[in-house]
Amino acid sequence: MSNLNAPVPSGAVTDAENNIANKEVEGLSQGQIVRRRFLRHRGAVISMIVLAFIIILAFTAVGFDFAVFGMAIKTAGWWQWSWSDIPTPVDGGRPTLSLLPEWLGGAGITVGPHPFGQDEIGRDIFAVVMRGTQQSVVIMVVVGLIATTIGTVIGAVAGYYRGWVDSVLMRFTDVIITIPLIVIGAVLGLAFGRLGAFVLAIIIGLFTWTGLARLVRAEVLSLREREFVDAARVAGASDRRIIFKHILPNAIGVIIVNTTLLMAAAILLETALSFLGYGVQSPDTSLGKIISENQAAFATRPWLFWWPGLFIIAIALCINFIGDGLRDAFDPRQRRMPSARALAKGTGGGLDRAAVQVTTRGAGMQGEGGGLRGFDADDPRPRGGGYDAARDPKKDS
Amino acid sequence: MASFVIRRLIASVFVLLAATFLMYNLVAFSDDPLEDLRLSNAPNKEQLIEARIKLLRLDVIPPLRYFLWLGDVLRGDFGVSVQGRDVNVLLQQALGSTIQLVTIATIVAIILGLIVGITTALRQYSGYDYSVTFISFLFFSLPVFWVAVLLKQFVAIGFNDFLEDDPQLPVWLIAVLTILGGLLWASIIPGNLRRKTITFAVAAGATASMLVIMNLIDWFTYPGLSIIGVAIIGLGSAVGFTALITGLKNRRALYASLAVAGLGIVLYFPFQYGISYSITEWWMLAALAALTIAVSMGIGWFMGGVDKGPVMRVAAFTGFITAGAIALDRFMMVWDDYASSGRIRGRPIATIGSSTPNLEGSLWVQGVDIYTHLLLPTMAIILISFATYTRYSRASLLEVMNQDYIRTARAKGLAERTVVVRHAFRNALIPIATIVAFDIGGIVGGAVITETVFGWTGMGQLFINGLRAVDPNPVMAFFVVVGGLAILFNLVADLVYASLDPRIRVN
Repeated sequence: MSNLNAPVPSGAVTDAENNIANKEVEGLSQGQIVRRRFLRHRGAVISMIVLAFIIILAFTAVGFDFAVFGMAIKTAGWWQWSWSDIPTPVDGGRPTLSLLPEWLGGAGITVGPHPFGQDEIGRDIFAVVMRGTQQSVVIMVVVGLIATTIGTVIGAVAGYYRGWVDSVLMRFTDVIITIPLIVIGAVLGLAFGRLGAFVLAIIIGLFTWTGLARLVRAEVLSLREREFVDAARVAGASDRRIIFKHILPNAIGVIIVNTTLLMAAAILLETALSFLGYGVQSPDTSLGKIISENQAAFATRPWLFWWPGLFIIAIALCINFIGDGLRDAFDPRQRRMPSARALAKGTGGGLDRAAVQVTTRGAGMQGEGGGLRGFDADDPRPRGGGYDAARDPKKDS
Repeated sequence: MASFVIRRLIASVFVLLAATFLMYNLVAFSDDPLEDLRLSNAPNKEQLIEARIKLLRLDVIPPLRYFLWLGDVLRGDFGVSVQGRDVNVLLQQALGSTIQLVTIATIVAIILGLIVGITTALRQYSGYDYSVTFISFLFFSLPVFWVAVLLKQFVAIGFNDFLEDDPQLPVWLIAVLTILGGLLWASIIPGNLRRKTITFAVAAGATASMLVIMNLIDWFTYPGLSIIGVAIIGLGSAVGFTALITGLKNRRALYASLAVAGLGIVLYFPFQYGISYSITEWWMLAALAALTIAVSMGIGWFMGGVDKGPVMRVAAFTGFITAGAIALDRFMMVWDDYASSGRIRGRPIATIGSSTPNLEGSLWVQGVDIYTHLLLPTMAIILISFATYTRYSRASLLEVMNQDYIRTARAKGLAERTVVVRHAFRNALIPIATIVAFDIGGIVGGAVITETVFGWTGMGQLFINGLRAVDPNPVMAFFVVVGGLAILFNLVADLVYASLDPRIRVN
């Protein structure tokens, strides 16, 4: 409050708002509050289950086979074919998966020997798609880890030390950000794509941290001015301890949400690169590569095209929904007050909401501070967890 | 302010220099530029290799070759490609083609995204909001090359098949579209159950009757708006813009916009069967659009009374939409000629390329040809970027709607329309404006995959082909334009933000 001209830091919570939050979430740790909010986001929870199912299916069905820097990991899967087997084509390679029960005129609910069909030479598309899904998942995780680590460290150091360190690091970030991702991906994919998905993922990760670094820097710039950082400094904590133990845990929301978005972008980037021919190379395969190889055959063998596409979309969609759920959990600011009209009309839901709102507000104003912060409590931006619980969208509908 | 801009520009030049240096070396080291010659069986292999080394100065190591390249670029020469073609010429063609591709797509995506984002923010947590949220996440997750193949199959080939013999919409499709249309309007327009039912019935009835009429008059073979369609669009936009911008109580705005729409309707026949034949160049059409807006604003000024600004704005929007409807009708008039011409042979929607080779015809026929080629790539780009704009504008408006000054505005008794349009919407546009400025810098380079899939010889192809041949010159020409635009618009975004939001000071 001392410096009115300074932009309000996005994570700032006034005392009065804290009081509102405290009433509703008494006795819960920060982690529990976030987890509760996340579990209320139905789309995110469903997405998490679906994603877990896809990952387990992909990694158990055809087994791993990854070679990194000379170390090879190879296991067998429970599926009868692997992505490199070439069985003889059956029935023109049509998919044998059937979900239509017999009494509806279908072939009954069966999986059959080639549920997703076969390509011209007979490869089992289920095995190939599972292998592609593995590649996508590996790339997603590796890119997420590397980019998040680099972005967080660079952003935190730049934001904490400011001055010339900040200038140098941010100009460096500008240099990398100037090059479009697809461009740098293609150039590096041309050089490193043949080394396999793992190396490709490391390379992509080395260039995708820029957005996160900027966000973390902005967050750290505002957090470093807060009282708890002063307190830590006075207590004699080292810079490293202040950054990693005091500042970054408070910026965890920004970091996690953007990591999920980055992971979804990484999957699409890898498939796009493989589609252009700069990603994963033969004899290995990836979802983008399957589509690229078979796009001309859409009229004759559409299943070669549908299945890999559906898996790309399913993974990216799940990640995006999880990211949305995490954003709601960490930063419920996008929640909105009931509109003036809803209050005036007093439709059923509107009245209830108004009542809840008044009580939570009242609780805030009667809290500590002797009413001095009453004005702050009137801030309609619902930031506290308690307010959030009262305005839970699922209860509204 | 000036010192800030100058400091930023100097920093930008250094950033661009560093980025080009990095890029040049990455491209030069990515593969062997002589590979194809080394593997060839040509008898004069050695000479060919010598020639290429000389042409591209391959005897100089890449980090030093960069400075040779930089010297040439500073003199305005991007060098030659592997095939010996002048990169400046290639760049010019590619840039023109890409700008043609991305401009319309970006404008449409921004307008659609804004409208949908704002309506979802105003109807937060409604069924409409949830469906749009789901759809935008879905679009977000779509790989563009996959969408492109689907579009080619279902929009292009499917629609062409549909047009082949006596196109009539099937009954089930009319039923589905009717229900969807009704649901859409019922979920956007507020009210209690009774009012929603009425909205649904009216919207569904309008959709159904429009589709049935289209079937009856063979609309898909002979499309057009006719003077009736133009009149409905003109008068509708007059009433709509007045209601949105000033409120229907402002009679001056209503009469001015109705007058503009009326003028458009009066000019319909003289334009369609007279003036339009003398328009042979694109700049003439642009000039006519500017003239329309000027005349509309003039009418607004005369009828505006004391508060001229909003009236002029309403009149200008109405005039633009009405004139646009007339021009659209003119394009539709040549549709049948175009579709049945010898070059098209009844399959108008193109799946590849940017124009039909050797097509002759008036400006209007050329326009339809551009339309049929732009349709698919534009749809692909819109599908992807529309989601981003929807999410941003929704979040931005929600943030603003929670501010104190919105509550103050409501408390002093302003109408909800005034609160949303005048107080909330304008402030919500500030962050969106910076995002748009930033995006425009990125779109030229962002269409690499779309261009590849749809066979456009634009910037993306310049890059991809250059990279395939390990030829730094075209790749760097692409990168200088793309990177330069990105840096420039980054600066523009900062300045726009500073000028729109007085709380931000650039120093």
